[in-house]
Amino acid sequence: AAGMFLRLLSDIQWRAAHPKWRRMTSSQRSTSTTAEPHPLSLPAQAQVVICGGGIMGTSVAYHLSKMGFKDIVLLEQGRLAAGTTRFCAGIVSTARPVSIELKMAHYSNKLYQQLEQETGVQTGYMKTGSISLAQTQDRLISLKRIASSLNVMGIPCEIISPKKVLQLHPLINIHDLVGAMYVPEDALVSSANVSLALATAASRNGVQIHERTSVSHVTIQKGRVTGVETDRGRIQCDYFVNCAGQWAYELGHSGEEPVHIPVHACEHFYLLTHPLQAPLSSSLPTIVDPDGRIYIRNWQGGILSGGFEKNPKPLFTEGRNQLEIQNLQEDWDHFGPLLSALLRRMPGLEALQIMQLVNCPESFTPDMRCIMGESPTARGYFVLAGMNSAGISYGGGAGKYLAEWIVNGYPSENVWPLDLKRFGTLQSSRTFLRHRVMEVMPLMYDLKVPRWDFQTGRQLRTSPLYDRLDAQGARWMEKHGFERVKYFVPPGSDLLDLDHSKTFYKPDWFDIVGSEVKCCKEAVCVIDMSSFTKFEISSTGDQALESLQYLFSNDLDVPVGHVVHTGMLNEKGGYENDCSIARLSKRSFFMISPTDQQVHCWAWLKNRLPDDSNLVLEDVTWKYTALNLIGPRAVDVLSELSYAPMTAEHFPSLFCKEMSVGYANGIRVMSITHTGEPGFVLYIPIEYALHVYNEVMNMGQKYGIRNAGYYALRSLRIEKFFAFWGQDLDAFTTPMECGREFQVKLDKGMEFLGQEVLLEQKQNGVYKRFTMFILEDHDTDMDLWPWWGEPIFRNGRYVGKTTSSAYSYTLERHVCLGFVHHFDEETGEKLVVTTDFINQGEYEIDIAGQRFQAKAKLYPFSSLFAQRRRKDEVELSGYQRE
Amino acid sequence: FYLTPPQVNSILKANEYSFKVPEFDGKNVSSVLGFDSNQLPANAPIEDRRSAATCLQTRGMLLGVFDGHAGCACAQAVSERLFYYIAVSLLPHETLLEIENAVENGRALLPILQWHKHPNDYFSKEASKLYFNSLRTYWQELIDLNSGETTDVREALINAFKRLDNDISLEAQVGDPNSFLNYLVLRVAFSGSTACVAHVDGVDLHVANTGDSRAMLGVQEEDGSWSAVNLSYDHNAQNEHEVERVKMEHPKSEEKSLVKQDRLLGLLMPFRAFGDVKFKWSIELQKRVVESGPDQLNDNEYTKFIPPNYHTPPYLTAEPEVIHHKLRPQDKFLVLATDGLWETMHRQDVARIVGEYLTGVHHQQPIAVGGYKVTLGQMHGLLTERRARISSVFEDQNAATHLIRHAVGNNEFGTVDHERLSKMLSLPEELARMYRDDITIIVVQFNSHVIGAY
Repeated sequence: AAGMFLRLLSDIQWRAAHPKWRRMTSSQRSTSTTAEPHPLSLPAQAQVVICGGGIMGTSVAYHLSKMGFKDIVLLEQGRLAAGTTRFCAGIVSTARPVSIELKMAHYSNKLYQQLEQETGVQTGYMKTGSISLAQTQDRLISLKRIASSLNVMGIPCEIISPKKVLQLHPLINIHDLVGAMYVPEDALVSSANVSLALATAASRNGVQIHERTSVSHVTIQKGRVTGVETDRGRIQCDYFVNCAGQWAYELGHSGEEPVHIPVHACEHFYLLTHPLQAPLSSSLPTIVDPDGRIYIRNWQGGILSGGFEKNPKPLFTEGRNQLEIQNLQEDWDHFGPLLSALLRRMPGLEALQIMQLVNCPESFTPDMRCIMGESPTARGYFVLAGMNSAGISYGGGAGKYLAEWIVNGYPSENVWPLDLKRFGTLQSSRTFLRHRVMEVMPLMYDLKVPRWDFQTGRQLRTSPLYDRLDAQGARWMEKHGFERVKYFVPPGSDLLDLDHSKTFYKPDWFDIVGSEVKCCKEAVCVIDMSSFTKFEISSTGDQALESLQYLFSNDLDVPVGHVVHTGMLNEKGGYENDCSIARLSKRSFFMISPTDQQVHCWAWLKNRLPDDSNLVLEDVTWKYTALNLIGPRAVDVLSELSYAPMTAEHFPSLFCKEMSVGYANGIRVMSITHTGEPGFVLYIPIEYALHVYNEVMNMGQKYGIRNAGYYALRSLRIEKFFAFWGQDLDAFTTPMECGREFQVKLDKGMEFLGQEVLLEQKQNGVYKRFTMFILEDHDTDMDLWPWWGEPIFRNGRYVGKTTSSAYSYTLERHVCLGFVHHFDEETGEKLVVTTDFINQGEYEIDIAGQRFQAKAKLYPFSSLFAQRRRKDEVELSGYQRE
Repeated sequence: FYLTPPQVNSILKANEYSFKVPEFDGKNVSSVLGFDSNQLPANAPIEDRRSAATCLQTRGMLLGVFDGHAGCACAQAVSERLFYYIAVSLLPHETLLEIENAVENGRALLPILQWHKHPNDYFSKEASKLYFNSLRTYWQELIDLNSGETTDVREALINAFKRLDNDISLEAQVGDPNSFLNYLVLRVAFSGSTACVAHVDGVDLHVANTGDSRAMLGVQEEDGSWSAVNLSYDHNAQNEHEVERVKMEHPKSEEKSLVKQDRLLGLLMPFRAFGDVKFKWSIELQKRVVESGPDQLNDNEYTKFIPPNYHTPPYLTAEPEVIHHKLRPQDKFLVLATDGLWETMHRQDVARIVGEYLTGVHHQQPIAVGGYKVTLGQMHGLLTERRARISSVFEDQNAATHLIRHAVGNNEFGTVDHERLSKMLSLPEELARMYRDDITIIVVQFNSHVIGAY
């Protein structure tokens, strides 16, 4: 019944607002008597075709048309706002842990607030505020962390006591609460009407909207979108935007060249009730009780309450079938636990009469973050989908960023965490998606502590050494489908539940990682780093060198055998990728990038390398196993195994040479370790991997060799102030802003991407500066640990956020890395950040509302570098993302 | 002395095993959904055995229960070996050739069976070589015989049963240089075992039975009630046809001594069985083998003892009776069980208990609010009650365990009486056998959708 109600409402609103139908008499509005208006014929061509008339499609259309794009066509297979958008609970909530999502939600809220005024369409916008409840101390900590980041963005937010909760919402049982977070500006909307309002505004700006038109597939020629085929004819276009929600995956796969969009639907249930005897006020705040897995909002005098259960029901795994959204079954037994949680939270509602249990499918993604951006294989093919049931909160902001992306070539914020290119084909298996979304959906309300890992969809990509390492106590995490070692549990230690230790404080593995770090410092450790993305670029002539010189900021015209750390910068000088490139020969280069760059970097290079059959780009990631030998004795191990002198005179730092190790020949040995410690990375053709590993471990015994994992690596690189792409560096960070001028050759004699901006920054200074902070009064055992995203305060004023942190076993202090800005005290305008500005401040880091003094440094502790082997070039870069 | 419910459960569940035919995201082409099996020992050690396996080179699934007597050696051997004999009998000529070639050339063998075993279901490592050689001889003969005809399941089952029994007998006559093995093959041959084996391939269900275990089909009638259909005949004194058969096979002069006190020659309950060479070999052969056998055998009074009125052996055969049944959508499950179950429960009750258990697990009618006036509190109460009902059924995750609970614990009203259950399970070893027999049960569940689609 409620569904029907919403449906009617949306029809009326849309027709009333739509210019074409404005003159209709009210009798014609009823669905039964309305004859379908003669559909306008489709245009033969358009600049942009948007598929999907839900909140995402209409938001993209709205923003594109506002930004001046003409000639936009929006196609909807059914009716506008009739899919997930219609059923959406309509809660606009800004309390999001990921910063970019928080910004999107904040923008959406502001947009919806004025939308009714702008369009004349009633959106039902009501600023009610929201209260997130904490039943445990850990939950309260996670809320405090969010509160900190909301506050520095200027979004009002406070941590309140249970008593205060009761004042704000009289129905709540507060006996089991330890606290709550109140966000007074969160709002409620009628999501279908927001979508219709956006459509109305877009339509006024010239966007053509066609309902009952379905896209069969998108045509792609030579890697570019050329048009769409629909059931009503073909439209030629330059840009296509896939906003097909839960059908986005199928639409992506409908063409000859598939675009992989990893989304999968799950059933989502919420309950609607009749009004209370004394109808609930429409301004009553929304309650989120994550420990009870439910949300509760007021709805027409009654309540609307749903949740994210532990045992979700995925659907449409095999694609679309006869099951239409409308026909999904109510499943009360499934909803039972959530109903219990509801009555526990609001016991007074026992006598409230049920109206309906709504079953509304929502799409989820493999990492709980939405998907936007351009396809890596088809230029002009954009995607905005997979909202993980927060579509209405993200809709406005996501549409804005995607529109900017289409219009300007890049959005105004760093959206890498949401970029489609973080996924490849490997996340596109339906089995993987089905299993993963069953984990993701409950995770919406699970407590997320630092360093949690997904448990499903694992062991997909592994090193050939996986079993060996696993047998030696390896504990694993996953990146881009690749299993990587976190640390090794020593034999005999009873730490079976180590993987399950969830804490915001000092973790159980503290001493384990400590001893691995110690071994890296004093002897030698082996870390399997096979997950790195590895490309080879070669040409018959100088094409490879010339192209790379343009695409990379450092000078790559180095002698054969040299390794160069360099950024792959965009036009604005920002890091699209940060990599190490070895010159293998005059005409071939070997490029190492972070694991999750596999798709992005490939697309970036493919789109920019000249179309020349003599220039070959090859992804060789799978061909090599990488072993990182870190530590002062690495040199001894390797020289014994190769009968070749490995000392600094013969094998200086940042060198690359093919040599034999044990029986195996053709091992690429590079004198880098990505940590600043001495040592080598061995790139081993996979069939030799086990042999070389065994030889290294046997030979290394007398030098005290042991296995180590990424946590040790992370501690080492952060204490040395190494920035990692994806964590610290992004497309909005230039080398100048992170103290890497030495990795840029402004005068290399030829132009390169981003050069102008860098020159300008060199002259005029930078507006943010990558800085290292040593926590001063932080007790490692007792205090909350920093993670990333903690606000940084300078002289009591907010100046930026941390991007990564680790405990330094050498300094015996926590080290945080982050960016410092200089906001004008009066206007908030960004000013140039000078060295003096950094050095002359008193700093504090805010961890979940508690501030710790920190010492800022722009250069690492030189004492940490055990030995410098090539005077002029200390390895000052690491790059893989954690 | 009293066992708490968790203690009772841990005893009942110690041997339970479940197998679900792997379903790949809704795509399931097997008419078998899966099976539950369990055993409750009364003898120490238990003399029952069970087996389940999927045929890999042909289609179909094999399931069987084996009730041993005079020790467990024969039941153990049959549980390990019989399915291989059946699978080999079913193999087409080319596959046999391929397998023989692989063995001949030391190449990897095609896997024939995928076993579904409880960790307690073991295979004898020592005898595997011996068993393999006998099996190989069998398939070599099949290759030589190459009839060119397609293999009939009924015939394959009969051949496999007879051949295995023959091999058991031969191995014991030939002996083995390894003294452990030598003793083993003799113990296998001198002990005995029944076998009740089902082969399911699509809608074709064959049950081959030798002895007094039983196969029963659970059928759901249109009104939802449950009925039982026997898919085997007991081979014992209660079966007139069996008594008739035995009498036919021996001279009239022996008529009186053949069946005494409902036992074959006054000794053996089942009228057909594997092993039991004391009822199959001539007296001379028995004496020769026992005398040349190891001391343990010689010292054993039972093996030396010749049954009275033993004139025209063999008196016993392992040849099974095979019943073929075309599965229908209303055929929901199959129960294979040793006589330990059937002694205590009527098949009609078995059908009802299993049927209600399985549907309780799978079909609780969904609730729809529709136009009714229901409050949150009422709905909550209703759901809580439904959950409680499910969880009491779910006390057993396994239909076989559920059945054993009823078999051992049922009071006169047909409901499980915990006190009775506790007493029955806490009987000391030497007394247990007086009150109950070993019970072994396999409950196979069928997929009506798949069956209906045939």
